[in-house]
Amino acid sequence: MSGPSTFVPKSALGRWFESRLPIMGLIHGSFVAYPTPRNLNYWWAFGAILSFMLVAQIITGIVLTMHYTPQVDLAFASVEHIMRDVNWGWFLRYAHSNGASMFFVAVYVHMFRGLYYGSYKAPREVLWILGVIIYLLMMATGFLGYTLPWGQMSFWGATVITNFFTAIPLVGDAVTTWLWGGYSVGNPTLNRFFALHYLLPFMIAGVVVLHVWALHVVGQNNPAGVEVKNVDRDTVPFTPYATIKDSFAVVCFMILYAWFIFYVPNYLGHADNYIEANPLSTPAHIVPEWYYLPFYAILRAIPSKLGGVTAMFGSIAILAFLPWLDTSRVRSASFRPMYRIFFWAFVLCCLGLGYLGAQPAEGGYIIAARLLTAFYFGFFIIILPLLGIFETPKPVPATIADAVLAKNGGAVMNPAE
Amino acid sequence: MISFKSISLAVAISAATFSLAQSSALAQEGGHGPTPHMEKWSFAGMFGTYDKAQLQRGFRVYREVCSACHSLSRLRIGNLADEGGPGFSEGQVKALAAEYQIKDFNDKGEPIQRPGFPSDNFPKIFANEDAAAAVHGKAPPDLSVIAKARSYSRGFPFFLLDMLPGVAYQEHGPDYIHALLNGYTKPDDTKWNEYFPGNQIAMPKPLSDDQVDYTDGSPKTVEQYSRDVAAFLMWAAEPKLEERKRTGLNALIFLFIFAGLLYFTKKKIWADAH
Amino acid sequence: MTTASSVEPTRRDFLFIATGAAGAVGVGAVAWPLISQMNPDASTLAMASIEVDISAVPLGAIMTVKWRGKPVFIRHRTPKEIQEATDVPLAQLPDPQTDKARVQKPDWLVVVGICTHLGCVPIGQAGSRGDYDGWFCPCHGSQYDTSGRIRRGPAPKNLEVPAYSFLSDTKLKIG
Repeated sequence: MSGPSTFVPKSALGRWFESRLPIMGLIHGSFVAYPTPRNLNYWWAFGAILSFMLVAQIITGIVLTMHYTPQVDLAFASVEHIMRDVNWGWFLRYAHSNGASMFFVAVYVHMFRGLYYGSYKAPREVLWILGVIIYLLMMATGFLGYTLPWGQMSFWGATVITNFFTAIPLVGDAVTTWLWGGYSVGNPTLNRFFALHYLLPFMIAGVVVLHVWALHVVGQNNPAGVEVKNVDRDTVPFTPYATIKDSFAVVCFMILYAWFIFYVPNYLGHADNYIEANPLSTPAHIVPEWYYLPFYAILRAIPSKLGGVTAMFGSIAILAFLPWLDTSRVRSASFRPMYRIFFWAFVLCCLGLGYLGAQPAEGGYIIAARLLTAFYFGFFIIILPLLGIFETPKPVPATIADAVLAKNGGAVMNPAE
Repeated sequence: MISFKSISLAVAISAATFSLAQSSALAQEGGHGPTPHMEKWSFAGMFGTYDKAQLQRGFRVYREVCSACHSLSRLRIGNLADEGGPGFSEGQVKALAAEYQIKDFNDKGEPIQRPGFPSDNFPKIFANEDAAAAVHGKAPPDLSVIAKARSYSRGFPFFLLDMLPGVAYQEHGPDYIHALLNGYTKPDDTKWNEYFPGNQIAMPKPLSDDQVDYTDGSPKTVEQYSRDVAAFLMWAAEPKLEERKRTGLNALIFLFIFAGLLYFTKKKIWADAH
Repeated sequence: MTTASSVEPTRRDFLFIATGAAGAVGVGAVAWPLISQMNPDASTLAMASIEVDISAVPLGAIMTVKWRGKPVFIRHRTPKEIQEATDVPLAQLPDPQTDKARVQKPDWLVVVGICTHLGCVPIGQAGSRGDYDGWFCPCHGSQYDTSGRIRRGPAPKNLEVPAYSFLSDTKLKIG
C-alpha cells in the first residue's frame, strides 16, 4: 500500500537533507499520507492508545528508577520513600502501577478486536504474530516489574512463577537456580529482575516498530473485512483523519487512566503488597495481577505440574497459530453469524477464567476452571477449524465504500469526487 | 449497528475485567467472619480531606496505646506538621520529638541515646522482627502502611462497584481497623475477635473506655478511639491523599475539556469525508 | 566461480568451515561468562551449611530455620506421628518413599519447607496441618503427611530432605 514516498520538502535545506537521509519522507509516508480505510471504528484507536501507554510507562518508569533501590533490604523502603518524600512521587508511582493495568486493558481490547474482525488472516499473519510477541514481552515486563516493590505478593508471585521452570524435565532445577542466582528468590534475583525490567520495554518498542512496519506493508483491516480496492474511494489519509480521531480516543482513555491514578489507585493492586516480603511466611492466597488471572486459572486447572505449566504456556502460544486454525474465508464477524456467537462465548470464557484465577483452588472452582480451560482450547482447536467449513457467511460488501454507503443509507460522498 | 452493540458489551466486559483483581485482593482477609461495616470517613470520595482534629486525636490514641508495641517507623516525627496531615505546629512537633530517645553515636563514635528531632523517624520498638516475636509471640506489625495492607472482600458483585465514580469505595483498610478494634465481643476471651480471619488474634483487646484523655469534648469511648486511630493510620499510610484528590480533580476537568475540543475538531475534520 | 569451486572444493570448504568454527568458538567463549554470572555467586555459596541446636524443640513441635534463604522444618515427632508415617502402604503414595528412607532418627524429621509444586512455604501450625497431620500448602492446596510426603494436591514430589547430620544428640548440621 505504501509505495515509494512522493514527498518533496518545501525548503531547500529540507530537500538537501532529504536527499541524504529521507527520514521526513518516511514519516510523511507512514503517518501523514498513509491511507487508512474510511470505515474504521473506535476499536481501531487502541493501537494509538497502546503506543501512548508504552511511552507513558517508559517515561514514568525511567524517572522512578532515579529514586528506587533494587536491594532486598531497601526496595520496599525506597518505594515508600517515593510515595512519601519524592516530589510528585505518589503520582509517578501510581501512574506507573496503574499504567501497567491500563496497558493490559488496552491490549486485551486490541486483541479481541483483532479476533472479532479477523485481523490475523492472510496477509496479516506476520503482523498478528508480532503482536503475540509484544504481548508475551508485556507479560514478562509486567511480571518483572511487579517484583520490584518487594511486598509479599511481589516475592511470592516471583517465587511461584520462577518455579514454573522447575517443571522442565532434567534441567529444570539448574535453570531455576540460574534464574534466581541462588537457592531461592533473593537479592540477586531482585537485582537482575530490575535490570531486565528496564531492558524489556525497549525490546517491546523495537517489536512495535516491526509491528507497525508490517501493518503498513499489508494495510489495515477494517470492520467490513474487505481489502482496499480503490485508494481514493475506500481510504482517507492518516493525517488529519486518523490522527485527530486517535487523539480524541487517547484523551478519552486518559480520563479512565486518570480516574484510577487519582481516585482508586490501589483498587487493582493487592493489599498484601503493602506488607514487606517475608521469605518464611507465605500469604494465604497467592494471586497474580489481574491481567494474568485467566492463565493462572488454566495452570491450576490441570492436576499435574508439568501439564499445568505446559497448558498455561500453550494457551498463549496457540494464539500464534490462529491464522491457520481459522479456516473461514470471511474475515469480519459482522458477516459470520455463528462465529460471532462463539466469539462472545470465548470472551465470557476468558472472563470466567479470570474470575476463577482469583478464587481459591478448591472444589467447584477447580471443576469450573477445567470446563472453561477445555472450552478455551476447544475454541481454537475444534470450533475455529470447523466453523470455516460449516458456517454460511452473510454476503460481504464488495468494497469498503459500499460498506460505508450501506451503513449511512447512501448519504456518503467521497471528498475526492 | 454492530459497533454500537459491541461498545456497550465491551464496556461492561472491560469493567468486569478490571475488577477481577479486587476480588483476589480482598479474598484473603474476608474469607471468614462478618464484613466490616462501611463507616463514614471525611477522607472518602472525590473531595475527601482529612479531619485534622480527628487525626490529632488518633495520633494521641496511637501514642498512648498502640505505640507500646507497634512502631511507625516509615514516618518522620516532623511529618505530623506536614500539609494535608494532622496539622500540628512546628513548635509542637519539635517538643514532641524531644520526648523520644533516638539511638545515635557521639563524636567519639560511641553509641548514645539523644532527644529526637523532627527529622528523625519514629523509633523502632524492637531491634528486629525476631526480637519482637520473642516478646509478643508474634511480631506486632509496623503501622506505617497498615491501613493499605489490610483489606477485606465485599464479594461479587459489590467489588465491581468499588471502582466506579460516584460509588467508589477505597476505605476497606480503615473500616477493617475500626471493625477489628471493636470486634472483641467475647468479654471472657480477650483474644477472640469477630473480624479477624480465624477469630484468634494475637493482640489482646487494646482499647477500653476512658483510657485516653480527649480535650476537645469527643466521647472517650472505644468506638470513638478506634475511629480516630483508623483515620490517623489512613493518613500515615497515604499522607498525600488530599494532594492526590485535588490534583485529580484538576486533571479530570482538563481532560474533559480537552476531549470535548478534540471531539468537535474531529467532527469538523471528518465532515468533508462523510 | 562454479568452475573454481569444482576444481578445488575440499580445500576451500575446509577453510570456510574452519573459519566458521573458529568464530563460533569465540562467540561461545565470550557468551559463557555472560551466562554463568547469573549462577549463585561465591557469597551465596559460602552460606552452604548451618549448625542448629535442637534441644529446645518440644515433642510435637516444629522448628523453622533458614538455610540458603529457604526455610527448613525440624520436626520433633510424637510416637503417634511416627506411627502414622510408617503405617502407610507405599502404594498409596504419589511419590513412594518409606519413612525410614527420609529420617536418620525417627524422632526427628528434617525437610526443606518449600512446597514441591511452586515453592510456597507449607503451613505446619498445630490445628492447620492438613488432613494428614503433616503440612498444608496454602497456595494450591497440597497436603503432606508426618514424613513430609505428598499425599494429595498438585505437588509432584515429597518435601525435600536436605543433607544433614547429627553432630550430637542436640546439635544438627544442615548442608
